[in-house]
Amino acid sequence: MHKSQTEGGPVVALRGITKRFPGVVANDHVSFSVYPGEVHALLGENGAGKSTLVKILYGFYLPDSGEIFVRGRRVRFRSPHDARRDEIGMVFQEFTLIPALTVLENIALFLPRLPAVLNPRKIARRIEQASHRYGLELDPETPVWQLSIGQRQRVELMKLLLAGSRILILDEPTKVLAPHEVEGLFSVMARLKGDGYSIVFISHKLREVLACSDRITVMRRGKVAGSLSRDEATEERLISLMFGTQPPGEVRLEGPPPPPETTPVLELKNVSTRASGMATPLRGVDLVVRSGEIVGVAGVAGNGQKELGDVVLGIQRCSEGRKLILGKDATGWSPAQVREAGVAFIPEDPLAMAAAPGLTVLENMALGAIDRYARWGGLVMEWPQVEQDLTSALSRLELPPLPSRVPIRTLSGGSQQRMVIARELSRDCRLVVAFYPTRGLDVLSANSVRRYLVAAREAGKGVLLISEDLGELFSLSDRLAVMYRGQVVGEFAPADTTLEAVGRLMTGAVVHG
Amino acid sequence: MGKALAVGRWIFRGTSPCQTILRLLVTTALVLGVFAVVLLALGKDPWQAYGDIIRQNLLNPRGLTELLVKMSPLLLTAVAVALPFKVGLINIGGEGQFFLGAWLGTWAALTFAGLPRALLLPLVLLMGAVGGALWGVIPGLLRAKGWVNETISTLLLNYVAPLIVGYFVFGPWRSPETAMYPQTVPFPPGARLPSFGDTRVHAGLLISLLVLFLYWFFVSKTKWGLKWRATGNNPGAARRLGLPVSRYLVLALVVGGGVAGLAGIAEVVAIHGRLKLAISPGYGYMGFLVNWLSGGNPVGIVIMAFTVALIAAGGFTLQITQRVPYAAVNILLALILFVVLAKPWQRRKG
Repeated sequence: MHKSQTEGGPVVALRGITKRFPGVVANDHVSFSVYPGEVHALLGENGAGKSTLVKILYGFYLPDSGEIFVRGRRVRFRSPHDARRDEIGMVFQEFTLIPALTVLENIALFLPRLPAVLNPRKIARRIEQASHRYGLELDPETPVWQLSIGQRQRVELMKLLLAGSRILILDEPTKVLAPHEVEGLFSVMARLKGDGYSIVFISHKLREVLACSDRITVMRRGKVAGSLSRDEATEERLISLMFGTQPPGEVRLEGPPPPPETTPVLELKNVSTRASGMATPLRGVDLVVRSGEIVGVAGVAGNGQKELGDVVLGIQRCSEGRKLILGKDATGWSPAQVREAGVAFIPEDPLAMAAAPGLTVLENMALGAIDRYARWGGLVMEWPQVEQDLTSALSRLELPPLPSRVPIRTLSGGSQQRMVIARELSRDCRLVVAFYPTRGLDVLSANSVRRYLVAAREAGKGVLLISEDLGELFSLSDRLAVMYRGQVVGEFAPADTTLEAVGRLMTGAVVHG
Repeated sequence: MGKALAVGRWIFRGTSPCQTILRLLVTTALVLGVFAVVLLALGKDPWQAYGDIIRQNLLNPRGLTELLVKMSPLLLTAVAVALPFKVGLINIGGEGQFFLGAWLGTWAALTFAGLPRALLLPLVLLMGAVGGALWGVIPGLLRAKGWVNETISTLLLNYVAPLIVGYFVFGPWRSPETAMYPQTVPFPPGARLPSFGDTRVHAGLLISLLVLFLYWFFVSKTKWGLKWRATGNNPGAARRLGLPVSRYLVLALVVGGGVAGLAGIAEVVAIHGRLKLAISPGYGYMGFLVNWLSGGNPVGIVIMAFTVALIAAGGFTLQITQRVPYAAVNILLALILFVVLAKPWQRRKG
């Protein structure tokens, strides 16, 4: 299976790749190579051209110009099928598994020479062998819908291994993983590397890149800003390559938290929810957010954070307990009433949770406060007013303007989040619910979100910040609540605790529920 | 071969007007070509058949006006599908809503026959819309509760509505004068829609165009249109933004059903003058096709309603001149739907 390699040379080399999309040059004369047994990281902000480059390597896009060499031989990939024949495999950000089928069936579907009659035992044996060798624990018989996101990722990786891929492209694999799962992925990568596999690892998180790569190529605005070996790379150098001369400053809280007698904007008293499907129900959650403070909620994904957010927004009902907003009993309020009362919402994934993808940026902006822009009793909308509010909100946040008349799905994730923030900023609110607001954003966009949260706190608003990024929680929270299996298992001032202590609580090492 | 493929790709991937026109021509030729094979298989001469269709429907004033007659209900049944689709619902129930509108409108026409025209005609049309809306509220409520998918319930209700009409025209409402036929007595003159000159083109066409304009205005200009489009685009986000999504689901099917019901009663009061079972050659389903072909665009709805009317009329022509079974027209309609839905140039972005 393992063909002879050109000794010493790169297993894959891209030279002078250029790819234009309408309005942008996604890749501008990019050169990039990977050696056998190497983890080569592609680092850069959202929209820097990383995904385009690897999609070209995987045959998903044809480059406008430039050459691709595999083991010294010039190739031309018309489709991913061609790339797979040259032992290149890719794990996409969105998985391509069929939930109803088992792990084994999903993997078998991907094998290049699938016999007419399957021999499941043989495939299962191969899965188990690879599981042991690389630490990819998987049960071949489990249906995929029962697996966690991290396990699904392992299935995707296993598919590539069994199909004989030697060059593995991982497109932001850590985006969907909890912190401890990231460690697991890195150890799998290390073992694969030891067996001569080449890995292209895409990320925009410096620490991850420094933790797992042998070489790091930084992309900025479609070009290669620099390529460093692990030994040469430091956080400072990478940051200056990613952002040019001015690195973004870290956002922190300033000023003391509000005194405890300040009126709460949000109070949850012993709130529980009914279990439904695979969701984690809340069990007796007590939580207070006062005006002028940021309350952080830490937890591994799937421990009730989504339910917490939904209960506050009125999407999900409490089966027990009470919810007070600005001192009023809001337990039975509809989402519209909650919003009306002054609750703003910054979501994890704006396109999925807070925006209508096919509507324009302006239309989405108007959705936040339709009645404010309605004229003639709603027969027409005052679009110039919407545009003006969008522009002024963005400039108050010191953000660049957005194109307003294109469908919002055509913008990058960071720009979509900027629209949402502008929308929430331009209406009066007392409580901001932020749900993984910086997940998947590049550093600049993430910092603009954080600045907004800090500004909201300074303006006397209450902020509920649900996040997985412990660094973010520690630098932004006045108080920090830890969730585990639907319960709040601890509440601290960040100064009184440590990352390790919170991490242990998050993983249930202290409390047994 | 390779070159032909490249040309094909150029035509089907591009967005310039020239490419769009070429694309339309190519797909039309494709559809007509395949249907020609069907005609050959039936032992007919395709040239002769297509020639007949054009001569009798497009080059003949009477044929042209008949196309307008067919277009009036099609515009409405297309809007009946397009409007619910804006909130993300698939309404296949146009046919049933059409029949129930005809039924309830007829009830008003028979019950209040003594009223002056200025009151009676609006009342009859209104009750027609109410009838269609009734047939929309059932699937709407079932869907909003999360019990039954509207695609299934609207489709199934299509089989119920003609049975109701059948019961009444065979039973309580059957005209004693023409007892041979299952139909009601003729409507009073005050309940009839006037026609233009000596054609069968009737004032219903104006109503249809008005409704089409209102549809466009509502969807693209008003604040409610914005809310509905947001709901259809992303119901989860709409809910988080405080929009009453369930209410919109019911309302959209009620209004959509009402529009289809209006088509039904308009057809009865303008063309037939009495209620009977044979009032629709499938206008509800054709409206679905029109909406899908046009993507809900108002100008597209007009163009596609004309096209579908031409095909339906062409079917009758073929039946008479070539003795092709009318069902063959369904093959043609299916072919068009197939080619349009399989449009490779509208593949999702990568």
